Amino acid sequence: MTDISLEVRNLKKYFNTPKGYLHAVDNVNFSIQTGKTLGVVGESGCGKSTLGRVVLHLLDSTDGQILFHGEDVTHVDKAKLRTLREDMQIIFQDPYSSLNPRMSVSEIIMEPLLLKGGISRAEMYKETKRLMDTVGLAERLENSYPHELDGGRRQRIGIARALALNPKFIVCDEPVSALDVSIQAQVLNLMLDLQEERGLTYLFITHDLSVVKYFSDDIMVMYLGQVVEKAPSDELFASPSHPYTKALLSAIPVPDVHAPRNRILLKGEITSPINPKPGCRFAARCPYASEECHREQQLVEIRKNHYVACQKAEELMDKKEKL
Amino acid sequence: MSGQKKEELLKIEDLVVEYDTDEAVVKAVNHVNLQLGKGETLGLVGETGAGKTTIAKAILRILPDPPAKVRGGRIYFDGEDMLKLSEGKMRKIRGNKIAMIFQDPMTALNPIETVGKQIAEAISLHEKLSKAEVEKRAVDMLEMVGIPGERYSEYPHQFSGGMKQRVVIAMALACRPELLLADEPTTALDVTIQAQVLDMMDSLKEKLDTSMILITHDLGIVAGMCDRVAVVYAGEIVEQGTTEEVFDHAGHPYTVGLFNSLPRLNGTEKRLKPIDGLMPDPTNLPEGCKFRERCPFAKDECGKKDPEIKEFRPGHFVKCVRAGGEER
Repeated sequence: MTDISLEVRNLKKYFNTPKGYLHAVDNVNFSIQTGKTLGVVGESGCGKSTLGRVVLHLLDSTDGQILFHGEDVTHVDKAKLRTLREDMQIIFQDPYSSLNPRMSVSEIIMEPLLLKGGISRAEMYKETKRLMDTVGLAERLENSYPHELDGGRRQRIGIARALALNPKFIVCDEPVSALDVSIQAQVLNLMLDLQEERGLTYLFITHDLSVVKYFSDDIMVMYLGQVVEKAPSDELFASPSHPYTKALLSAIPVPDVHAPRNRILLKGEITSPINPKPGCRFAARCPYASEECHREQQLVEIRKNHYVACQKAEELMDKKEKL
Repeated sequence: MSGQKKEELLKIEDLVVEYDTDEAVVKAVNHVNLQLGKGETLGLVGETGAGKTTIAKAILRILPDPPAKVRGGRIYFDGEDMLKLSEGKMRKIRGNKIAMIFQDPMTALNPIETVGKQIAEAISLHEKLSKAEVEKRAVDMLEMVGIPGERYSEYPHQFSGGMKQRVVIAMALACRPELLLADEPTTALDVTIQAQVLDMMDSLKEKLDTSMILITHDLGIVAGMCDRVAVVYAGEIVEQGTTEEVFDHAGHPYTVGLFNSLPRLNGTEKRLKPIDGLMPDPTNLPEGCKFRERCPFAKDECGKKDPEIKEFRPGHFVKCVRAGGEER
């Protein structure tokens, strides 16, 4: 109990739109142990980024509970939020738009320290240098501006800024999606090193399944605001059980000319999250959908720590070899 | 190049493209040689800024001048050097014999024109058909890419990203081009939609007997789609061969590094092996091998002269002094 960093219970986030309520995050439950990584995967519009933002109070939740190290932080006042944000940070996807173009590298990294205050300028400056060193930014870059740097270095600035106040928990929202593969590997390795050294807990949001497998301890697959499958990383990849997870895994292009190609091609595209019909939201695209799928689906533990929201999961497990 | 010679459709010889800016000259494409046989799919792989898109745009002669200048080379298409053609003749080729698909379907379509009209425009520009015939062809093209013909009169914003890219593909294939240049056609799409679009492109290519140059940074897509692959680094082709050869016997340290940087789905590695450092500044390329500074095997001689392109294994070419020598 004590070593659970973040726990989320029945979390909901609805957006009021002219057409009705958009169910961006719908009844999501999870917990992450301290020092571990939970990967959240899904396609655009599945609510994964909204989830990250609600957890950090960048967006207010509609319903549900957020617990941080056992403390209920769902509704907090401004003063509490300030201290909470020292512990909970975020790394954004786009290293181009998430950095102020008019601030130098050292100014960007120092800003959280300035806002917190309590130490002298000289100490802040020293700390900034230390942070730059930690993330592998050369000291000579301190007076450079973001536009002078490549994507990989910019993302390192974003990481240094997130680390400045020594947080315990970081939401990583597609931190390497905008980077080239050789640079992506450098940044991922850096993030893993930091996790080991500082015991950081990550909520790792991505659409890239090969990255998430490499990076996460547990994985949660989202579809239209709901969690459809949740399992330890190896388990999920070894025996994906929700039809959506299966299709998602089979759609990844594998860089191996000898790999068997048996892609499951899904019909159609993601449907609208506005006023969704009751029942399984994937049913419209699911090759196995039937009448019963219009009932509400619950996450069921089909094996140890492996949860699936599909009533046909057990039945489909035997069909694995046919896919 | 390889043993069984296919009829050649496109041949690029010694292509050099530079961008002249106020401060410096950007050496974007440096002495590139490429061939493409009829019906073949060639993958151009490389990182941002390697020069992949510049090569494709040079083929169509749609590079913005200034700043881009083609400083040398020949591009033979159906035996004719396109760099010597008049602009009028080039217009007849663009969109007709050679078409291009761009990365971002959101910006490739005109937002204030219906998708049907946009496809029809491409057809009526190149073929003398009656209005009704053009319209019928446009509807056929929409259905061919899996969009119901009734949606002819809808506007781009009424379509999702995957559907928009299908419209762009329909437009590109409307005149049955001999060569399709696809620049990261699925990068902006989700994986399940990407799978649909790639699958469709593959079958259409087969059906219409189109050759294709597929530009991508995703080695997984190359493995699934391409007959041959050329790896681009700092404006040069550092490795070229059949997809199977390059994937199974990567010869250039950069290609090897790219494969090692990828997290594998079936892998158990705890740490990735990235390539150290960054691509060199194209305004200030180093002497000798351009990969030298990041190469774990670099020797003194790599800095002295530009390595030659060697036939490392039959039909498999590598631009590295080590190739063919010691095993990696």
